[in-house]
Amino acid sequence: MTETTNPSTAALRPDFAAIAEWIKPGSKILDLGCGDGSLLRYLRDTRNVFGYGVEIDDNNLLSCFRNGINVIQNDLEAGLSSFASGSFDYVILSQTLQAMRHTEGIIQEMLRVGKEGIVSFPNFGYWKNRMQVIAGHMPVSETLPYRWYDTPNIHLCTLGDFEALCQQCDARILERKVMNNDYRPVHFLPNLRGMLAFYRFERFA
Amino acid sequence: MQDSRSVGVVAPQYVQIGKPLHLKSGASLDSYHLVYETYGQLNAARSNAVLVCHALSGNHHVAGYYAENEKSIGWWDNLVGPGKPIDTNRFFVIGVNNPGGCHGSTGPASIDPRTGKHYGANFPVVTVEDWVEAQAQLAEHLGIEQFAAIVGGSLGGMQAMQWTLDYPEKVRHALVIAAAPKLTAQNIAFNDVARQAIMTDQEFYGGNFYAHNTLPRRGLRLARMLGHITYLSDDSMAAKFGRSLRKGELSFGFDIEFEIESYLRYQGDKFADMFDANSYLLMTKALDYFDPAAAYDGDLSAAFRVAKANFLVISFTSDWRFSPERSREIVKALLDNEINVSYAEITASHGHDSFLMETPCYHQLVRAYMDNISI
Repeated sequence: MTETTNPSTAALRPDFAAIAEWIKPGSKILDLGCGDGSLLRYLRDTRNVFGYGVEIDDNNLLSCFRNGINVIQNDLEAGLSSFASGSFDYVILSQTLQAMRHTEGIIQEMLRVGKEGIVSFPNFGYWKNRMQVIAGHMPVSETLPYRWYDTPNIHLCTLGDFEALCQQCDARILERKVMNNDYRPVHFLPNLRGMLAFYRFERFA
Repeated sequence: MQDSRSVGVVAPQYVQIGKPLHLKSGASLDSYHLVYETYGQLNAARSNAVLVCHALSGNHHVAGYYAENEKSIGWWDNLVGPGKPIDTNRFFVIGVNNPGGCHGSTGPASIDPRTGKHYGANFPVVTVEDWVEAQAQLAEHLGIEQFAAIVGGSLGGMQAMQWTLDYPEKVRHALVIAAAPKLTAQNIAFNDVARQAIMTDQEFYGGNFYAHNTLPRRGLRLARMLGHITYLSDDSMAAKFGRSLRKGELSFGFDIEFEIESYLRYQGDKFADMFDANSYLLMTKALDYFDPAAAYDGDLSAAFRVAKANFLVISFTSDWRFSPERSREIVKALLDNEINVSYAEITASHGHDSFLMETPCYHQLVRAYMDNISI
């Protein structure tokens, strides 16, 4: 499958395209922390999905309305009690995990509500981040653009850390993608050379 | 009036409905009339009609003003008008007074053709379902087969929901604002205190006060004062009145001392002069009875299985009478049925009355939602 309807978005947001490649056309999606709704709109336009976004911020909510997507204003930290178990094909958490307080709780909720979960996050183990720490500073980079004192990111992790969490949460990893700073796939030394990580997982039967 | 975003001078219209209205109670109204107003133009495809349903004390006068009184501005004028969130340049908007009301549609103060006297206490109890049926008759009269949207706050939101259950094919979008899928016991309790205030007023005469040429003013006033407290929030009352004193000092008596007392009494008096006590009883009963899940063993998701409309559900953080939790119950039922729904929880301090206020975030969302409705 290639994105024919909206190639410009695919070029601008290779991270969206990476997620879209995993989504079966016509599936039902829940996008947690959906921001302005552009990922969900992209998936609707390219994968013909039906779905809802969940977002807490008023301004993002308005953008979602303007993007014409369904959005539910809700605090993810409070769980997903409005959503029935097993009611979605995919539950997506795109670059939001690292800003969440109840990290384990949200993974559990994703496994409850969705048949599969998709998580993307900036890899803290990326070599540029490591270099900055070695040089004595908290990293600031393309995917971690904040300074230590104004960052919303409270739970940064590496590929290895996330995989350990999945094991702890009884999540079986189905597929992993790692991208470098050119958004190209990284296969060799991913925890060192990868800037962005994507995981698709399901609950252990 | 210079407001270019007002629909300007409006005039009510009347329609006599000859088809009997068979009520949920088993009673019926053989014939009745409805008063309504319209704003904007119905397009050639008849696809741009928006019905605005009123709440407890509202009526058909949603927007604009009457030629004889420039201050007679409609109750949702801040939302409905040219260039406003519900844009009358685009939509044909209808407001209608529900049967049982007291602003022109057949109600307790009307003459019962069977007796030649006021209906009074004999006016049958009406429900949200009955109102939807009456509104459907108006739609037929206006040649509207499907509404682009049906919008309502509070009790009006309940009507918007009921439309999607009774006429799923006739509603494309439902905007359910500051509503609930049913009242809580506390809510019914407030309504009953209001009813008791009216019914125990000596001037009530069992509902036939018209024949005695009087009004149960005292009861209606108390009912409104109580209601008004519950429509505001503690914070908004504190901000507006605090413990301010009328005369700046305590007078150690039982006359008006605190500003809040003055305000509530004024609101009560104003209401008692303009609202019919029997209508108030009927409106509160309609609120109490609304419970679409009741026929499905309390399963609201099962009740919404027939709905086809897209929904916008809005609640307000300080609304404790129709709290966000109640709106989330509606949202959950819609999600369970894979219905298109968006939900906004607006941070607002004015309690239940927030739905009538021009909070920027709230109006921007309604505007964005309405703009996306294709006509």
